[in-house]
Amino acid sequence: MSNTKDTQGPIWEVFLQRKSGQPFVHCGSLHAFDKEMALQNARDLYTRRGEGTAIWVVLSSAIVSSSPEDIGPFFEPANDKVYRHPTFYQIPEGVKHI
Amino acid sequence: MTIQEALFNYCLRLGDNSLILSQRLSEWTSHGPFLEEDLALTNIALDMLGQSKSLLDYAGKVEGAGRMEDDLAYFRTEREFYNTLLVEQPNGDYAKTIVRQFLMDAFDLYFYQELTKSKDATLAAIAAKSVKEITYHLRHSSSWVERFGDGTEESHERVQNGLNELWRYTGELFEMNEVDALLIKEGIAVDLTTIQPKWEKTVREVIARSTLKLPEQSFMQSGSRKAVHTEHLGFILAEMQHLARMHPNAKW
Repeated sequence: MSNTKDTQGPIWEVFLQRKSGQPFVHCGSLHAFDKEMALQNARDLYTRRGEGTAIWVVLSSAIVSSSPEDIGPFFEPANDKVYRHPTFYQIPEGVKHI
Repeated sequence: MTIQEALFNYCLRLGDNSLILSQRLSEWTSHGPFLEEDLALTNIALDMLGQSKSLLDYAGKVEGAGRMEDDLAYFRTEREFYNTLLVEQPNGDYAKTIVRQFLMDAFDLYFYQELTKSKDATLAAIAAKSVKEITYHLRHSSSWVERFGDGTEESHERVQNGLNELWRYTGELFEMNEVDALLIKEGIAVDLTTIQPKWEKTVREVIARSTLKLPEQSFMQSGSRKAVHTEHLGFILAEMQHLARMHPNAKW
């Protein structure tokens, strides 16, 4: 990612919202030199077929990521705590996006 | 000249603008400066092809001689094309391509905004659809003019050279003849004197923001209203039309 010979600009991550009120979902990445170009490129690359109604772009370098070594301490303790999962009651009809 | 003949000519003028500029932009496909920009420009070329398809289809119907959009695109000669000289100018470097696009996008935006008020329902509908696309095209091209102009010494020089070379073709955008006079009276055509100040304002603003200079030359090239073109159009048509002329009525 930090290839100094790369003349295409930094990498940005693109998030699309399908409809107002829904969560933004990661859909890919792109090259751009500034915010406006990142937004325009996101529009051209990811929303030409009506995939979304709003776009977020964020510099990839601004994203903090967990590393593969974190899997044990981060995620495994959740496995034996079934009481944290909302499986003991019915979700009312009409509730969407859960 | 009848209103029908004038309307046919008017549709050709608009359709040929989009067609020839689309063809020029398509030359960049797979040669763009980087992948994302390659796609952006190809996408704009495709929008313009769609515009020309609607306009030439309508031209054929207005003419009433049974010619379809493909007949008009592929089987007319250089002296039957009415596109403005600006759109047929060679791509040059990317900065020149962007300047040409910017000058045309700014014109098209104000032109098609006015054309939505046309008493001709088909032209008004095509205009309404095109305005949305062109608003985006102008945003794309003007942000690149600014980025080049306010960028490095080299990008500034390249975009300024492009502007200097192309400026002489901008006077013709606002030329009107008997076609315009006849159709303006009918409430069909756009009075170009109303959009010229808007175009100039936008061009001046973007050029100033981009730290560029407006060329001082006053000589303006002209000819396309009479279907007289620069030497470039013949080569464009040769490339664009040869397949259709080699295999007339081919389907794919």
